Amino acid sequence: MDFSLDDDHIALRDAVQRFCDGEYPAAQRGNPETPAQAHQRWQAMAELGLLGLPFGAECGGSAQGPVEVMLVAQELGRSLGGGAFVSSTVMAGQLLTRLGTAAQQQRWLPSLANGALQAAVALYDEGARYDWQRTRTQARRHAQGWLLNGRKSLVLHGDSAGLLLVVARNAGAEASRDGLTVLAVDANAPGVQVRSFDTLDGRRAAHIEFADVAVDADRALGTPGTAADAVQAALDAAIAALCAEAAGAVEALLVHTAEHLRTRTQFGAPLAKFQVLQHRVADMAIGLEQLKSMACAAAMALAGDDTAQRRRIVSAAKVFACQQGRQIGLWAIQMHGAMGMTDECRVGHFVKRLMVIGQLFGDSAWHLQQLAHHEPVKPRPNPSSAPSLHAN
Amino acid sequence: MKLQFSSADEAFRQEVRAFVQDKLPADIKKKVELGLRLEHADYVTWFRILEARGWLTPGWPTAHGGPGWNPVQRYIFDEETLLGGAPRIIASGIQMLGPVLIAFGTEAQKAKYLPDIRASNTWWAQGFSEPGAGSDLAAVRTTAVLEPDGKHFVVNGHKVWTSYAQWCSMMFALVRTDPTAAKPQEGISFLLIDMASPGLTLRPIRMLEGGTDLNECFLDNVRVPVENLVGELHKGWSYGKYLLGHERTGIAGIGSCKQQLARTRRLAQQQGLGDDALLQARLAQFEVELMALEFTALRLLSAHQQSRMPAVEASMLKVRGTELRQAIYEALVDIAGPDAVPFSQEAQFLEQLDQAAVDDTLVALAANYLDARKVTIYGGTNEVQRNLIGRAALAAF
Repeated sequence: MDFSLDDDHIALRDAVQRFCDGEYPAAQRGNPETPAQAHQRWQAMAELGLLGLPFGAECGGSAQGPVEVMLVAQELGRSLGGGAFVSSTVMAGQLLTRLGTAAQQQRWLPSLANGALQAAVALYDEGARYDWQRTRTQARRHAQGWLLNGRKSLVLHGDSAGLLLVVARNAGAEASRDGLTVLAVDANAPGVQVRSFDTLDGRRAAHIEFADVAVDADRALGTPGTAADAVQAALDAAIAALCAEAAGAVEALLVHTAEHLRTRTQFGAPLAKFQVLQHRVADMAIGLEQLKSMACAAAMALAGDDTAQRRRIVSAAKVFACQQGRQIGLWAIQMHGAMGMTDECRVGHFVKRLMVIGQLFGDSAWHLQQLAHHEPVKPRPNPSSAPSLHAN
Repeated sequence: MKLQFSSADEAFRQEVRAFVQDKLPADIKKKVELGLRLEHADYVTWFRILEARGWLTPGWPTAHGGPGWNPVQRYIFDEETLLGGAPRIIASGIQMLGPVLIAFGTEAQKAKYLPDIRASNTWWAQGFSEPGAGSDLAAVRTTAVLEPDGKHFVVNGHKVWTSYAQWCSMMFALVRTDPTAAKPQEGISFLLIDMASPGLTLRPIRMLEGGTDLNECFLDNVRVPVENLVGELHKGWSYGKYLLGHERTGIAGIGSCKQQLARTRRLAQQQGLGDDALLQARLAQFEVELMALEFTALRLLSAHQQSRMPAVEASMLKVRGTELRQAIYEALVDIAGPDAVPFSQEAQFLEQLDQAAVDDTLVALAANYLDARKVTIYGGTNEVQRNLIGRAALAAF
């Protein structure tokens, strides 16, 4: 059990921090990006090596792991930056890496890494809420390939993605883990209809309909019908990255709030002198340390090969990020008074990003339920038999 | 970064676990697991078993018999012993006075007192709180006046909340030696007082749950030899702070939380609540909180992972750990439901369990729940901890 950061970690974190400080000026954080801005920043992230961070060197990446992704995501969270980093680099990248053949990885990952292409995972069926396995989107055998039909909701950055990784069913009952296939669909293919919209946090997403979309056989990732585990892993990678983003955003809120309390004077004294506010800041600070720890643990769990442990820790981290992100965000607004409710004050922008993070990929109730349904932690795990937190 | 413990740490865990399984007497283990009352002899028995292995004083330097563990090993030791049903090392001599004497005591004091602390021959009472000095410890009014011949202090005053004083033969106390000092923290000294001294009387305090392990201690012209002064005259406050720092580190009680959480799951099954959705959600929430606490404790021990407020990291763990422990006790009482109502003072002793009107797994629950109120009060109340954390955060962010 070792949470230590090494020199490479610190160098990476500092480089991303410098990048974010330059690209996302403090007074503009959270403002919606123009398409030109988004494009320019995406290219800059590619040049910094962030977009290929978790890919193998043979695919234009630098073969870094979930811990490095966590460090990057935390900095992006602090500056409300990164655009499609989590949806394209982390989530779609992970799905391609886990599920794609070598040829498929070669075909797409290098252009993801150099910024020429964005990918998005079309995961949730319309009406499925957080239950992604409830997939009715259908992949039928057709001529030399597949015919895709269905509706997917809330595809993050679905309007700027050139490649859509669509989770579809080729067999099995509606909620079954078996019979799921991921098709890598060109966003411009005939029959793909993208309805894009703004999101609460000033970003973009899309509902996407697939009507008799013909997909070549070599665009089915890996072995058809066996995608569930890889989809779950990609989802967990995205959740872990969002938890790290939440830790960064919460840290920014604490910085804003402490600054405000030190400088704002009422009743003849700086607000920082009032004990009721000090205690609230204390709980914010504790929440931040715990959130950082959970983000680290989730990243480390992704790097390991114990799936049950990964699921448990990632769900716990998401519950924690949802709850603390909401609580700390609302406290930050309250302590800023009416100023905290204005669009000009940056606090609200962090709160909105935290809100969106809370609502994505399973809210706290969903993940608590996941935890409750898992085997409870054994009070005294035996490392020699069952894989566990303490197993070596 | 690695989620797994190193193989060396894992081997150490196995060693501690096997030791507890092998050496912890069954009746003591049962008392701990059921939350029943432990006698002085129970603690002494276990402490001597630990001492024989060299494991009783993890916080002491190796030169004085500490095992030389790193922070992760200490963490593993705490966790494994508590999970295995061992009593906590509650002795103030081991947890508090030992480190102070080692750091600030004379050679004669170390030679005289440390061996008996390690052998559990002497138990020490903590004479800090007073009726007018609780969280505001610097308000102590118990006085110690040096006699003209310079050989004795004469101590007068009133100490309170003295844990297990009935088992103690010595007390370490904060006393006021210079009432004219400019600040309340100045003019306080750290004295070692023989509990058998004439003029010293004890009165047990009966607590909510029926226990009488806390005491009042009255000091009426108690004569204390001058060689029982620790460190410099009037500098006792800094030694007291050093000691409370030691008290705080293990105070998050993560092993206890884990042990109690396992108990909630067993009791839920027993009480027919295994499938209760509301309870399951609550237990899942505890699991999340416990993970956040444990990973934070471990993360803050790691390189380049200090928070912006290293001085209050222990306070953060204390606040969250103690509040979680209380919440778990609350759930235990809720799981017991109507079975938490029957209460028997006597049934909280293992020997009299068979006279209990309820299942032996439930008999001490309500008492444990009430007793657990102390964890957010002692060691610096959680409100005081939040003062420290809040001020540190307002300066650091």
